[in-house]
Amino acid sequence: MRGRQTSQFYKHVLARKTPLTQRLFAVNMKLLTHNMLTSRVKGVMKGYPLLIKATEVKVNDVEFNPQFVIRMIPKLEWSALVQAAEELGQRQDLPGELVPQYEKDEEFLKRVHRVLLEVEVMEGCLQCPESGREFPISRGIPNMLLNEDEV
Amino acid sequence: MKLKELECCLQQVDVFEKPKILLEQYPTSPHIAACMLYTIQSTFDDIESKLVADLGCGCGVLSIGAAMLDAGLCVGFDIDNDALEIFRRNAEEFEISNLDLVQCDMCSLDSDAYKKKFDTVIMNPPFGTKHNQGMDMKFLRTALTMAKTAVYSLHKTSTREHIQKKANDWGVKMELIAGKNYRVNLSRQLKHLNTDYTFFAELRYDLPASYKFHKKKSVS
Repeated sequence: MRGRQTSQFYKHVLARKTPLTQRLFAVNMKLLTHNMLTSRVKGVMKGYPLLIKATEVKVNDVEFNPQFVIRMIPKLEWSALVQAAEELGQRQDLPGELVPQYEKDEEFLKRVHRVLLEVEVMEGCLQCPESGREFPISRGIPNMLLNEDEV
Repeated sequence: MKLKELECCLQQVDVFEKPKILLEQYPTSPHIAACMLYTIQSTFDDIESKLVADLGCGCGVLSIGAAMLDAGLCVGFDIDNDALEIFRRNAEEFEISNLDLVQCDMCSLDSDAYKKKFDTVIMNPPFGTKHNQGMDMKFLRTALTMAKTAVYSLHKTSTREHIQKKANDWGVKMELIAGKNYRVNLSRQLKHLNTDYTFFAELRYDLPASYKFHKKKSVS
């Protein structure tokens, strides 16, 4: 379970010098980030939400921080989040609409926490819903750079 | 985590192997990064459990520091493959989970798509050379669109007045962090490092009185 760490933890981690091949840990695109990404290919009116075509998905264990989840919910495009979770086969019991008074619903918040921060895309691509242009995700990093003719 | 501990950790962050001059790549010194981040959190409470963006993140010194200070999630944005590769490696080495990386061009970013999505933006932006003047202002403008609460940014002392003027034009309140009383220490340290390049500014929207409750103190 990943959570708050002290400097001792980081010192210990660095001292271990785990070889690259054995590292289980990696940075990968979370759905919280995906929820914000849009396609700005020239001529596209609505490049959102980006369809996720994932070839490698991972589910992590991340410490549940209800304050953070409550703060994030108003920033989200809810239907885009549900759609993304669905595309990854990770929707589970996530409702199609926000439940009222979600601040007090811990079960709900935990479900949101899971899709926002624990489900991660390692490899695949994001597709613009209008132009079909694919933005690759490689080793967890989505590449949103446009070619000269697309700007 | 204490300031000295944070600085010590950040000293372990790998930096650019072959910095690209055209992209103005240089690492933020661990000392400045630690002071800056520590102030942002301890004085303003703008990192812990917040959604943070690092524009022009490079190898990730600021982002990794923010993650270590328990940002809910810190998203680093950068254009360069090589820098992001080093950043990723750093994140793996430190086993940090609350980080995400996006490769994009801040200049052609549609910042409205990110409007007020991030609680806080932190950055050490490129200043712009004679070939791409005003790059720092572009970054600043984008950052201000993306941030809901505050933008913390490092700039050249020589541009202070210019940025102040722009801040006024944009209806944004700018507070100089380096050089203020409790932070006299910080500015002294910055002078000592002989970096011509910093004053450290905090920019935030002046909220009308009726919205004061939105002023950032975390919901308990």
